[in-house]
Amino acid sequence: MKKSKTEKLRKQGSGLLVASPFLLPSLIGLMIFSLMPLIISGLISLTDWNGLDQLMQPGFFKEHFIGFENYKTILTTPEFWKTLGNTAEYIVLYIPFMLAASLLVAYLLSRPRKAIGVFRVVYYIPVLTSWVAASLIWKSVLAPQYGALNGILEIFGIEGPGWLLDEKWAMPAIVLVSVWKDMGFFGLILLSGIVGINKTYYEAADIDGANGWTKFIKITLPLLTPSIFYVVIVAMINSFQLFPQIMIMTGGGPNGATQVMVERIYQYGFRYFRMGYAAAFSWILFAIIMVFTAIQMNGQERWVHYDD
Amino acid sequence: MTTKRKIGTVIFYVIAITLAVIALIPFLWMISTSFKSRGALMSIPIQWIPEEPTWNAYIKVFSKFPFAKTIGNSLFISVSYTVITLLSSAMAAFAFAKLRFPGSQLVLGGYLATMMIPTQVTMIPLFVIMNRMGLTDTYASVILPSIFRPFAIFMLVQQMRTIPNDFLDAAKIDGAGVFQVFFKVALPLCIPSLATLSITTFMESWNDYLWPLLMLSDKNKMTLPIALSTLNGQYATEYNVLMAGSLISMIPIIVIYIIAQKQFKDGMMAGGIKG
Amino acid sequence: MKKSKLFSLITLVLAMLMVFVACAPAANNEADPTEGKSDAQVQTPADKEDEPAAEPVTITYCNFNSSGGNEETLAKMVAAFEAAHPNIKVEVETIGYDDYFTQMQTRVAGGTAPDCYELNIENFAAYANKGLLAEISGVDVSALNETALNAFNVGGKQYGLPESFSNVILIYNKDLFDQAGVAYPTDDWTQADLQVAAEKIRALGDDIFGIWQPITYNEFFKVVAQYGGALLNEDKTQFTINSPENLAAAQALVDRVLVSNVQPNAVQQGGMGDWDMFMSGRLGMIPTGIWAFQTFTDNCDFEWDIVVEPGSTQKATHFFSNCVVMNPETKHPEEVATWLAWLASSTDSADIRLAAGWDLPALKDLNALSAYLDITPPANREAVFKSLDYLVMPPVIEDYALMSDIIGQKLAAAAEGTITVQEALDQAQAECEAQIKLG
Repeated sequence: MKKSKTEKLRKQGSGLLVASPFLLPSLIGLMIFSLMPLIISGLISLTDWNGLDQLMQPGFFKEHFIGFENYKTILTTPEFWKTLGNTAEYIVLYIPFMLAASLLVAYLLSRPRKAIGVFRVVYYIPVLTSWVAASLIWKSVLAPQYGALNGILEIFGIEGPGWLLDEKWAMPAIVLVSVWKDMGFFGLILLSGIVGINKTYYEAADIDGANGWTKFIKITLPLLTPSIFYVVIVAMINSFQLFPQIMIMTGGGPNGATQVMVERIYQYGFRYFRMGYAAAFSWILFAIIMVFTAIQMNGQERWVHYDD
Repeated sequence: MTTKRKIGTVIFYVIAITLAVIALIPFLWMISTSFKSRGALMSIPIQWIPEEPTWNAYIKVFSKFPFAKTIGNSLFISVSYTVITLLSSAMAAFAFAKLRFPGSQLVLGGYLATMMIPTQVTMIPLFVIMNRMGLTDTYASVILPSIFRPFAIFMLVQQMRTIPNDFLDAAKIDGAGVFQVFFKVALPLCIPSLATLSITTFMESWNDYLWPLLMLSDKNKMTLPIALSTLNGQYATEYNVLMAGSLISMIPIIVIYIIAQKQFKDGMMAGGIKG
Repeated sequence: MKKSKLFSLITLVLAMLMVFVACAPAANNEADPTEGKSDAQVQTPADKEDEPAAEPVTITYCNFNSSGGNEETLAKMVAAFEAAHPNIKVEVETIGYDDYFTQMQTRVAGGTAPDCYELNIENFAAYANKGLLAEISGVDVSALNETALNAFNVGGKQYGLPESFSNVILIYNKDLFDQAGVAYPTDDWTQADLQVAAEKIRALGDDIFGIWQPITYNEFFKVVAQYGGALLNEDKTQFTINSPENLAAAQALVDRVLVSNVQPNAVQQGGMGDWDMFMSGRLGMIPTGIWAFQTFTDNCDFEWDIVVEPGSTQKATHFFSNCVVMNPETKHPEEVATWLAWLASSTDSADIRLAAGWDLPALKDLNALSAYLDITPPANREAVFKSLDYLVMPPVIEDYALMSDIIGQKLAAAAEGTITVQEALDQAQAECEAQIKLG
């Protein structure tokens, strides 16, 4: 009887039966909290709804329906392509920089050194610091004339840029602050991946007399690829949805250099009262993220090692 | 060997401490600001040590809202939220990573796709749905969304995939049902990830602000971030009080973090990484 | 084995329950769409109303203006109101400024807006023009300042009452004027006088500047009025952003930064706030709101005073006013109107407001404010009231936020010198015309 059960598990038909109780809670959540709002927002994107008139009143859809007008308008405005470009600039700078920083954090924290517990708390503190506090202090660190960063650069004979006030440097400055804020978060995720690595691998390497660095490159890094993959995907999705740091540090300026997609969506939906337009904008964003994530998902076999 | 070790140690601590200083500066500034009088707030150059430190901001935080009640609400919501997230996500992740059923990749893809929805536009529809369910002004409206957390599911799927199938098969051969395999074998092997998740989930729920603000208008159900947000005025913000409040609100997360850390330590010993 | 079955059973039941909860009320609503609009909000007051005796009516009032330090003042007002109107109870909800409008919009769209709430002037126009506000009638509001009252009148209907009120004056640093050997400003100054003084103060040092007047949309629509211009034509059917008067106004503002440099550019400002620059004694003059008085009194270790803002061809001064509005779906329109009128225009509420040093009440008769005049600094506090003679209305249109963002962005670019003032205004005009339908 026991054996037949194991076999059943492998069979597809009954597989669903076994899996369904595990999936049910999240599936219900998916329906109510994601799918329904998503479908409604898809319908909204086909309307000229202002975001204030009561939603879902009888005749709502008939009255406001305008077809794909919003999509057409968005894709033909230069504003859309500019914000897409700004978002791309952020992603290209942020992902490698963040990955390097959080790998460093995870590596440092995985060493059995003295007082490592203290560092583990300290590195996580930026994650806990509110954006309001962080932005106030970073604005002053990044100030062109009296700021600490340019002060340090001056010691090395470099004349620092205007950072948040400079069209060219505003986005890199945002990246810098975001990496500072996120490295502890992603570092922790990578750390839990490192900790979860089966110790027998290291024992084998010890017998071969490998040093710490070799072990990191040859064992830790390859076995960490599922976690790294997770971090890259999540970081990319978050980057496309970049928002709070922009609102609080530059508000989209200077001269639109840090305007990004979600910032535009928020402005259109909640300040300019064009919710239909905002909904269409976010469906376009949704589609873009999907494409990028799908590419990553399909490419993962090439570099991600699962132990199965 | 020993000199090499020593150099390694020095390099390690130089890097570690530099990084720690960078991480800590804004935090130290928060602490210093919270002890400033309102007047000394924004002086430039930055005043690192308040000239006349005062407890006023803390006194104000505690007198301004029913603090115990507010923290109690936040704790109740965040703990429930975290427990439900962990359980529901671990179950879903187990199904995706270790059970074979038709269309599993497709469903997982659907789950992941929902991570990509910008919340700004789904907010009003979700608010209307919650209203129709009669959940306005209930804790449930804030806690229930925890049953579906794609980020958590995704993370655990990644973790569970690294569990060798042999482990599970061995348990099955020993006569364990699929739920026993899940609870007795799969979950314990994911403890480091679950510990991380519990920190990040708790933190997210603890700091969540806009959604509770929309759902809970009853003052008795007010959470800490909502209370703190009332310090932000049209023309001016009381930064010293805001910083004092933010610092207090960080304490529970730091405590949880330290508790969860123990899991890393244990996991580390099991993992046996040696320097 | 048993355990696992039990567990899956529980999960299933739980799930079914949730689905049930999800569907049932929704189905109800569709059957009776007129009633289903706002079950949650209606419940409490409606239940109470059903009871036959003279139970007091409870109304909900949501505001942002008391956040950041005046919650207690508002609570005092509510207590005074309830004492005078025992049949009405006011339940106050206070929300921080930054997310107030996001949450209010969601609640309005979701059909659960409170009985009455507060709006700032930008949002008022959008809400009123979309028919989301009830006309406030049947109450005496004759005590209110007419300019402020008119700002919230759309098509002859009073959709909002001005509830708090602040205006802008020119604050100056007496010590810097002494050092530069310039006579103090007077209420009759013009922009030309200001420029002369600013240049002399600027000459005092590399780090000392004559004036800080941000080159933003908010300043622009006022300075434009000082030059006899406007952003819209009289009947608000066309944009006139790049008119010659407006060009002169914008050029004067930008030249202060780029040409005479009596005003610091972004790099010279170094990320420091404008108030902080003034409080650190590095600014000769700053046009700012009367809400700065308390902070400046606490933090300036030099003498300062105020005057009416200098004009150019004519005088024009700013005011900022929040209004209170009524939800058309409220079950208690009379009580709500009574509360709003009391809050905005009664002397009782004005007294409490003034005693707490909050904003001014928007009253016509300034005798109620006499106590306010006695507080120094500033010594010339009368300038606050003199400024009221020159109030300029913001050009309120339905797409106010969009217009102000477009103009603000172009002005910022001009202030940095990336485009000329002419280009900035031409582009702003073109973009506003393309994106905003007027009338």
